[in-house]
Amino acid sequence: MEIKVLGPGCAKCSEAEKIMRTAVEEAGITATIDKISDFQEIAKHGVFSTPAVVIDGQIKCVGKVPSKAEALAWLKK
Amino acid sequence: MQPITTIQPLQAAPPPAPPLATGTKLRYLLIGLVGVGLWYAIYSQLHRLAELLAFSLLGLKPGSHLGEAVLFFFYDTPKVLMLLTLIVFAVGILRSFFTPERTRKILAGKRESIGNVLAALLGIVTPFCSCSAVPLFIGFVTAGVPLGVTFSFLISAPMVNEIAIVLLYGLLGWKVAAIYLGTGLLIAIVAGWTIGRLHMEHGIEDWVRDMHINAAHIPDEKLTWNDRFNHGKTAVRDIVGKVWIYVVAGIAVGAGIHGFVPEGFMASIMGKDAWWSVPVAVVIGIPMYSNAAGIVPVVEALLGKGAALGTVLAFMMSVIALSLPEIVILRKVLKPRLIAVFIGVVGTGIMLVGYLFNSII
Repeated sequence: MEIKVLGPGCAKCSEAEKIMRTAVEEAGITATIDKISDFQEIAKHGVFSTPAVVIDGQIKCVGKVPSKAEALAWLKK
Repeated sequence: MQPITTIQPLQAAPPPAPPLATGTKLRYLLIGLVGVGLWYAIYSQLHRLAELLAFSLLGLKPGSHLGEAVLFFFYDTPKVLMLLTLIVFAVGILRSFFTPERTRKILAGKRESIGNVLAALLGIVTPFCSCSAVPLFIGFVTAGVPLGVTFSFLISAPMVNEIAIVLLYGLLGWKVAAIYLGTGLLIAIVAGWTIGRLHMEHGIEDWVRDMHINAAHIPDEKLTWNDRFNHGKTAVRDIVGKVWIYVVAGIAVGAGIHGFVPEGFMASIMGKDAWWSVPVAVVIGIPMYSNAAGIVPVVEALLGKGAALGTVLAFMMSVIALSLPEIVILRKVLKPRLIAVFIGVVGTGIMLVGYLFNSII
């Protein structure tokens, strides 16, 4: 699984990244987590409100920090 | 933190319910009404409670310097914090109806003038974190939102916000709050419109203009009322949790001025007669960065010491609306000329507002 957390790097963005990391750990799956902070790269995903989470090319959420429950639900699918 | 507990009845919300339409809606309406009723019951007794605390409990004399200062502090602190909690909660729920994606859809392809007005208004209610200003700029411009309309949004969003309005209302009265709201919107509308008239599209960095973004498949969340209440609660926790310390500090400063500092202390430097004080306030304010909560106590202190309202408002607006970190980050998508125009137009607008209020009040 390939997880990307998009965000220029404010407190909310790193919180989103942390939640994805704990969720992956809890779900016990193997996944790569990348933090994307380059504006051009973020824009290429069609995302313009951050933080956003993209899993295997699919946008899961934009403009908010996901809850751990939400994150776990995405990882199960 | 007394005031926050008043929201408690709301927090006793039922566990995540399925989106049952009318039943849950009715229940939330009831909980909301009871919550507001309780809030008001406490709010209306605050002055009496403060008097009890200052005069009966601490034994200070009514009318004495210290007594009045302490009363002011005991009354204003819970008052402003309660107002802040209620408004932030309400705005949190209101914002759950708006997303940057929906706002972009509304603004894309709008004609300029009407687009500028809409953008400035949507800037108030669209939730967005200040660090996503650049992604948002790219998202708007590439989707066909006119440049000037995008700027109206970007100017209004940080400057006209509920924290500034509540604090100004709580500490300086509704007139100052209304003036700030009105002129803030006006600056966002007119400055955006002006930038649009100047046809500065070539001032956007080339890579942004050449960008072809695939129509994104962004999930449009269906929110239940339960989710919306949670939005409100999160907003209260995030914002009031961060801001209360500034409020307390601001009121303490205010209480000190109220009781002790001679009036007219700042009148010679920032008073009406010092014509140069408006541009100086704006030039000093532009690179500075502070949120609304941090700057309002300063505003209150300056006003209390005899500074002119227009000068102080201009200072506050330039601190909140423009800042060095923001300019550095915008440089990634804007060429220097457009940045200079942006600062120039917004700065001029703020200065005009400053002179306007110095001359009529």
